[in-house]
Amino acid sequence: MTDVLVRVSQVWKAFDAHPVLRGLDLDVARHEAVVLIGASGSGKSTLLRCINGLESVDAGTIVLDGDLDVTDLDADLDQIRRRVGIVFQSYNLFPHMTVLDNICLAPRKVLGRSHQAAADQAMGLLSRFGLAEKAREYPDRLSGGQSQRAAIVRALAMEPEVMLFDEITSALDPLLVGEVLDAVRDLKAGGLTFIMATHEMEFARDVADRVCFVHQGVIHEQGPPEHVFSDPQRDETRQFLARVLRP
Amino acid sequence: MSADALAPAPGAPVAYVDPARRARLRQRGLRNALVGMASLVAFVVVASLLVSRTPGWPVVQQTFFNREEFVASFPGLLDAFWLNVRIFLIAEPLILILGLLVALARTLQAPIFLPIRVVATVYVDVFRGIPTILVIFLLGFGVPALRLQGVPNNAVFWGTAALVLSYGAYVAEVFRAGIGSVHPSQRMAARSLGLSSVQTNRHVVLPQAVRNVVPPLLNDFISLQKDTALVAVLGPIEILRQAQIDASFNFNYTPYVAAALIFIALTIPMTRVADWLQSRTLRRRRAGGMA
Repeated sequence: MTDVLVRVSQVWKAFDAHPVLRGLDLDVARHEAVVLIGASGSGKSTLLRCINGLESVDAGTIVLDGDLDVTDLDADLDQIRRRVGIVFQSYNLFPHMTVLDNICLAPRKVLGRSHQAAADQAMGLLSRFGLAEKAREYPDRLSGGQSQRAAIVRALAMEPEVMLFDEITSALDPLLVGEVLDAVRDLKAGGLTFIMATHEMEFARDVADRVCFVHQGVIHEQGPPEHVFSDPQRDETRQFLARVLRP
Repeated sequence: MSADALAPAPGAPVAYVDPARRARLRQRGLRNALVGMASLVAFVVVASLLVSRTPGWPVVQQTFFNREEFVASFPGLLDAFWLNVRIFLIAEPLILILGLLVALARTLQAPIFLPIRVVATVYVDVFRGIPTILVIFLLGFGVPALRLQGVPNNAVFWGTAALVLSYGAYVAEVFRAGIGSVHPSQRMAARSLGLSSVQTNRHVVLPQAVRNVVPPLLNDFISLQKDTALVAVLGPIEILRQAQIDASFNFNYTPYVAAALIFIALTIPMTRVADWLQSRTLRRRRAGGMA
């Protein structure tokens, strides 16, 4: 494969004696949208956290852009996190700052942008995601969908090469899921590389370039969404899809 | 005309309370207030009757609640209290700085900082374990006895220093609890954006931690206001020492009561502020939800 942006090779990770990732491989190409599906506890979130260096792996390597090894014990994790954005299920906005300050903090302190430059960029992103009027509000005045879009903007403001979305709609009221997924759709159209763990199968079918079914700590089956959803090859994939797609 | 006739049409975009219901509730509130007042007055009357009927009351009144003694000692006590206020005003900011530095020192992770962490931990353990009055004795009499060059020999200085060291240990623990009260996901979110550990503390964790501990800190301030009287054991004429002098002059304890009233006059407003902040924080947390 040409131009691999993220290469996960043989990654193992256990919490105490409980194995979560068991020699998982995954290559993600530049501009590719990869969606991870699988049961809760299958290792999707753990994989995303490992790619961002929030969890350290027990074995294996995760290489960014062919040169930066996240799993190297001497790696500069701050430098890696500058290039890999992550958005969490529970938004994790900073409650003591306005939305604008939430977004400007890292570009100013980490990238050394000026107040004005950071604010201009943030306002541009906020308008793009329909949040311009919320810039001066504190996070507790936002709905769940607005909070999650603000969290996406906060991660985007660092101009990451790849974004990780960790079940970003799971905490939302069903009525608000759509606005957040539309934001991701918009990013996909702009060519952003991302890896997303989700239970939104319709969305995965619609937006993913590739769907990966994570089962027992490895990628059990993967392929274009039309193959994985319409013609799954493995029994476990079929069982999982039968459970989640049954209305 | 029944109350229902006044009701807006169903679905009208207004808030509507049944007027009869509102009147009943107002009536009930008024009755509750009256009962409360009557009960309070009855209690005060009965309690003062009981106290004034005790056999020793005339003597107690003479020695503790003597009007002339009160009037005579009050201005001097107020003057002496100014020293307590100054001790408090100097000690408090130093305590906040020391407490914050020690709390931060205890969160340092890098192995190179092990000595700092150890020193901070030992400091907190030791000074939380020693009664404040003992620290005052040890510093106030001990350090000047060393006859070190350039070290002040002043009782107020060492008394204040002892209060700072003793309270610094408590306040350090309050700050540490505040840092612990910030959810780990906040730190994780900050680090995931590429902020360093120091930047995360400075911009994300500490501002939230300090907000969370303002009520307990105010509580410690109130306690410190009173403990400035402990410096009396070293000899400087602050309010307690002045009251002692006045009391032994006439063998009358009224100056102590006067001193107590002066302390109360200062602490009650602060107690009310602390209560108010505490309830506001609780309300906010309940309203806040997840963030």
